Amino acid sequence: MEAVWDWFLWLYKEYGINLSVFYDSFDRKLFFRGFLNTIWISAVCVICSIILGIIGAWVQGSKSRAIRQSVYWYIQFFRNTPPLIQLYFFYFALSNLLPKIPNADGVLAPPLSNFAWAVISFSFFAAAFNVEIFRAGIEAVPFSTIEAAESLGYSRLRSYLNIILPLAFRISLPALNNNLVNLMKTTTLAYGIAVPELMYVSAQIWSDQANVREMMNLLLILYIGLVAVLIYGMDKLEIKLRIPGYNIGA
Amino acid sequence: MLDASKVKIAEDFSKMISNKKIGVFLFLSIALSIFCGECIAAGSEKSGVMETVLKWFPLIFTGFLLNLLVSVASMTIGTIAGVFLGITQMSQIWAFKKIARLLTQFFRNSPWLVLVFYTILVIPFEIKLFHYVVPFPSWIKATIGLSLPVMANMSEIVRGGVQSVPIGQWESAESLAFSRFKTMWLIIIPQCFKRMIPPWMNLYAILTTASPLISLVGINDALTLTRAALEAEGGRIDLLLPMYASLLIMFFIYCYPIAVWTVRLEKRYAEKI
Repeated sequence: MEAVWDWFLWLYKEYGINLSVFYDSFDRKLFFRGFLNTIWISAVCVICSIILGIIGAWVQGSKSRAIRQSVYWYIQFFRNTPPLIQLYFFYFALSNLLPKIPNADGVLAPPLSNFAWAVISFSFFAAAFNVEIFRAGIEAVPFSTIEAAESLGYSRLRSYLNIILPLAFRISLPALNNNLVNLMKTTTLAYGIAVPELMYVSAQIWSDQANVREMMNLLLILYIGLVAVLIYGMDKLEIKLRIPGYNIGA
Repeated sequence: MLDASKVKIAEDFSKMISNKKIGVFLFLSIALSIFCGECIAAGSEKSGVMETVLKWFPLIFTGFLLNLLVSVASMTIGTIAGVFLGITQMSQIWAFKKIARLLTQFFRNSPWLVLVFYTILVIPFEIKLFHYVVPFPSWIKATIGLSLPVMANMSEIVRGGVQSVPIGQWESAESLAFSRFKTMWLIIIPQCFKRMIPPWMNLYAILTTASPLISLVGINDALTLTRAALEAEGGRIDLLLPMYASLLIMFFIYCYPIAVWTVRLEKRYAEKI
């Protein structure tokens, strides 16, 4: 491995391309931790937003008009306001409303870290879009299927979990794929509250080493690579979930 | 020139503004902010929260106008560039098609913040052409940065729109000896223009909600000015919620009508098929 890092040092000395995240061990560890943090925050946000989207899509079919209207205003609020300002609102404004508890050092601090607030904010943001996507999928399930479930004695919740949701999920996979890619790109906003993900550690590194151009290019390549991996995974999932005779948009 | 469809769109818009939902939400938002302010100010002896928010509102509103300017400017640049990129994506010259596809996929899948940082840090702050000096203030660089993903998304919208035109149109044009260029400009594009408007408006809404990104690169937009106002007030904790909430409400009041209008246009254009 030393040979690889030395090659990057040679690249810097010979051509002036300063990729210190490879030859410098401190920058290397920092950058790698940032990369893992980005993957971790994306994964947690993806899972949370899908769960919230499923719950929201079910609540949207509720009989009570008040509940349906609240879901409508939740979606409109999170879709029509900037995610960065939502993040700041959650982290600065809401965090100060919570009671302070002693943290590990015994200092009174808000109970949730900036990582947790970033996850909460992005999950709610992506879930608002997911509720719309799942709703479109649910509406595409043939009504005769739902009637058949009702006639077999399925309750609303059971028919949602066992019959409607599996079909709706498969139908909405392309739109969901698009939204999850957007979510992965939105996680860069956590830079604003100093979460040590890829964007933030890159900013630290280029402030130290003055290699902005190289770091920017590396960032672009890495993010596009991550998005490509996500799209590849979702495509594989779509193929695996295919129901024979029920191919949508095949 | 006032024709039937334009009058209908204007009627639509005025109906939407007098819509019950908008009235309800405006009332609720104003009531909520007054309520929050009174609750918090009731127990504090410092100057009232609502007064402070209203005192800073004019300054923050000018920052908000800069946000809107950046969003409109980068939407314009992005739309024009995106239309050309989209049409190039369907070119019959293989090299152009591949390059256009590559550019589209590249800028679509990059985080917007990274692109903004890229343009801010890489474009020089002024360019010297012979003895003319063209200044590039930060907000123009950020506008260019934001117009790159808009261009890529617009190119996808154009590609989707053109591909949704029935193939019979292409065949008829070919049988009538239309050249490829004439087919595109005279037959296909006018037909898919209407279909592209709802996704285009959706893209504008996304861009407007992405415009506060420019505050992270140091431009004095609404978010930077809000934070500066909070600092100037001495970091009072009871001001945090109302100031950020008023910023959210400002963006909401601008973006929600656009969203409602988009849904209405989608429904109307969907019927005509």
